[in-house]
Amino acid sequence: MIVADRKSLEEILGMVADRDKILILGCKGCVTVCNVGGLKEAEILASTVKIARKKEGRPVKVEHRALERQCDNEYVAQLADSVADYDAVVSMACGVGPQFLSEMYPDQVFFPAVNTTFFGGAVQHGVWEERCAGCGACAIHLFGGLCPIARCAKSLLHGPCGGSSNGICEVHKDTACIWDAIVKKKLETGRLEDLVAIKPFKDWRTARDGGPRRSIREELVKGTI
Amino acid sequence: MTATQSGSNLEKVLTAGHFAFTGECGPPKGANVAHLRKKFKYLKGNVDCVNMTDNQTAVVRMSSLAGSALMKAEGLEPNFQMVCRDRNRLAMMSDILGAYALGVRNMLCLSGDHQSFGNHPEAKNVHDIDSMQLIALVKKMRDEEKFLNGEDIDVAPKMFIGAACNPFADPYEFRVHRLATKIAAGADFIQTQCIFNMDKFRDFMKQVVDKGLHERCYILAGVTPMKNAGMANFMSKYVPGMDIPASLIKRLKGVDKRDQAEEGIRFALEQIEAFKEMQGVAGVHLMAIEWEHKVPEIAERAGVLPRP
Repeated sequence: MIVADRKSLEEILGMVADRDKILILGCKGCVTVCNVGGLKEAEILASTVKIARKKEGRPVKVEHRALERQCDNEYVAQLADSVADYDAVVSMACGVGPQFLSEMYPDQVFFPAVNTTFFGGAVQHGVWEERCAGCGACAIHLFGGLCPIARCAKSLLHGPCGGSSNGICEVHKDTACIWDAIVKKKLETGRLEDLVAIKPFKDWRTARDGGPRRSIREELVKGTI
Repeated sequence: MTATQSGSNLEKVLTAGHFAFTGECGPPKGANVAHLRKKFKYLKGNVDCVNMTDNQTAVVRMSSLAGSALMKAEGLEPNFQMVCRDRNRLAMMSDILGAYALGVRNMLCLSGDHQSFGNHPEAKNVHDIDSMQLIALVKKMRDEEKFLNGEDIDVAPKMFIGAACNPFADPYEFRVHRLATKIAAGADFIQTQCIFNMDKFRDFMKQVVDKGLHERCYILAGVTPMKNAGMANFMSKYVPGMDIPASLIKRLKGVDKRDQAEEGIRFALEQIEAFKEMQGVAGVHLMAIEWEHKVPEIAERAGVLPRP
């Protein structure tokens, strides 16, 4: 899923400093799963903003709700009746949400309340880690099911760099060297030779380097299924 | 406009109030120094400085830094082009220092064509910073004598800073504002995209003059002589951001195939005459694409020789 972190209260307050009636809009998709922008978090942020503005002596009306998903126009359309009632809408979805909202409601201002960070998963309660870089050409089967593009700081394709030490990445002491894990797995399965062959040069056109991407399912577009 | 102490010949020409005349030279798709030196011969003495392109159209060529150094050694003044596509900020600062150490005194800051248009479309691009930030970076290195991180530079690169401007790209309304931002970021001179639509360029220059931008920066109008109607057609259809009026294509088609090159040069000469008179235009940047051998003739007929 897409993982996000909430922006600081200071930053959010700064964005809406000159607004008097705000809607905090959560999303029941990924940001709910990573406990950042669901209905509960929207409610908490709404109360926090209200309290902070009251302290400043500039009370503000804040309402909150959450859409099923902000990345689907079908759900974004549910805001049509009420969107004009506010001075601003603060979206707690990933970066996709406020863009869909801005496109559907050009007269309203949408502020992002979260920083979208990576494609990842929960490794333990309350901890999410990056697992995919969305390069558009998955090759994890070559690396024991682990992704060096996303998980190696240098996106190396031929083993750990000289900075790896005791299974730890040289960049952060709390990050495992993914290449250490890949090599160990290959050793355990007796398939180390898989890593020795020189890999073809990666074609980055399927990644963000090729420009904004699009996925089309013809059968859905045509409505044949 | 204040002097930069760059020691650039182009800067001297412009500050003295001469109508500048700059050229361009694409480095070879190989390490063919002889080929490069041959091109230099056509340019030497005919232009004030020569742009050394940086993997132009995203096609791999000899590095612009090496090309600039070779040019310098042959007694020409290079305008070292740098694109943001292929380098991050570390490589940029390092190459800027290297270029200055090798005697380069002008540099042109560009975003660079996207690699999907070139001969390695599968490449990962960099775009760590953009052309506007590159201008500001070179200015910071020159004027504050500091790296981007604030550390002092031991002998700062005193570059005469150039940037590009395409008055014909959309949205047109924004173009003059983007130019103003480049000047605010630190551009000392601007070389425009090839101009073919003279009416639109006149309108653009009026906006430039109304805003007083020509008093803060030298603007060199881009001229590319058309070799034939086919080239005009191709550029019109396939080169993004080109504005080639149908009247020009018609004019080239109107003469015999053997005479189309001469007609293309005539149009370029007419443009240069118009630019000499146009308020706000400080010179011409001649981009004779793979036609360097025509530069002496064009310079002669344009009446810009001898160079100061």
